[in-house]
Amino acid sequence: MHLFVIFLTGALFSAGLMVSGMINPAKVIGFLDIFGVWDPSLAFVMAFAVIVYGIGLRLVLRRPKPLFEARFFLPEGLLIDRRLVGGAILFGIGWGLVGFCPGPAIAALGAAPGQAAIFVAAMLLATSATRKLQRS
Amino acid sequence: MHNFIAASIGGILIGAAALLLMASHGKIMGISGIVSRLLPPLANDWQWRAAFIAGIVAAPLAWRTVSGSMPAIEISASIPMLALAGAIVGLGTALGNGCTSGHGVCGVARLSKRSVVATGLFMASAIVTVAVSKHLLGN
Repeated sequence: MHLFVIFLTGALFSAGLMVSGMINPAKVIGFLDIFGVWDPSLAFVMAFAVIVYGIGLRLVLRRPKPLFEARFFLPEGLLIDRRLVGGAILFGIGWGLVGFCPGPAIAALGAAPGQAAIFVAAMLLATSATRKLQRS
Repeated sequence: MHNFIAASIGGILIGAAALLLMASHGKIMGISGIVSRLLPPLANDWQWRAAFIAGIVAAPLAWRTVSGSMPAIEISASIPMLALAGAIVGLGTALGNGCTSGHGVCGVARLSKRSVVATGLFMASAIVTVAVSKHLLGN
């Protein structure tokens, strides 16, 4: 039952990517292309997602715990280090090269399987290798 | 539907999904983090992660069944470029602990300093990357 709720939550997120156009790399590139023919519409995706989550989160965190777990798992790191800075810059480069970030790339697996699969496979391999190096 | 309205509705759906994940399971909706712990060594709590990813993949298929067509997905990048960009995204999100969803939506909404800094940096580097590849290199 609770896994089904999660499945539907993933589908809801994916629906948001489809409705907004975030799932389309050409549209994402158009949003990032502020020096060209800029398409600012995707700024509304982040703005509304942040507003809904920001307001809703205050209400949710008033509860003692989530519905199916013993506690809320909130990131507690405060450190702004070279890993965060370098990682974020690298991520932006990869995002700008193709127009895919992780969520839309995974959503596109069902819609444009070949190209999305190459991106996702390379992404998972690199993540796996990075995590392995960090552990050793 | 007008672009801005569609984008706003999409944003509300994404925010609602993130909220639902926190309310039901107390977890941050960061896609790179959720999927990375499905890789070996598999996290103990892999089940919810797998269910979430399955939902993401299933929605476009359900959309096609209902509407008869896929949402537009236009990819101009070559195969080697897709692989290169995927690898850089995989490396960057593992080092920086997050992507557009975890840092850009959840972290920014929580006013996490790490996420605000990361989001500013990846937006800036993505904009510069597009500017260089489109306007300098003419891709």
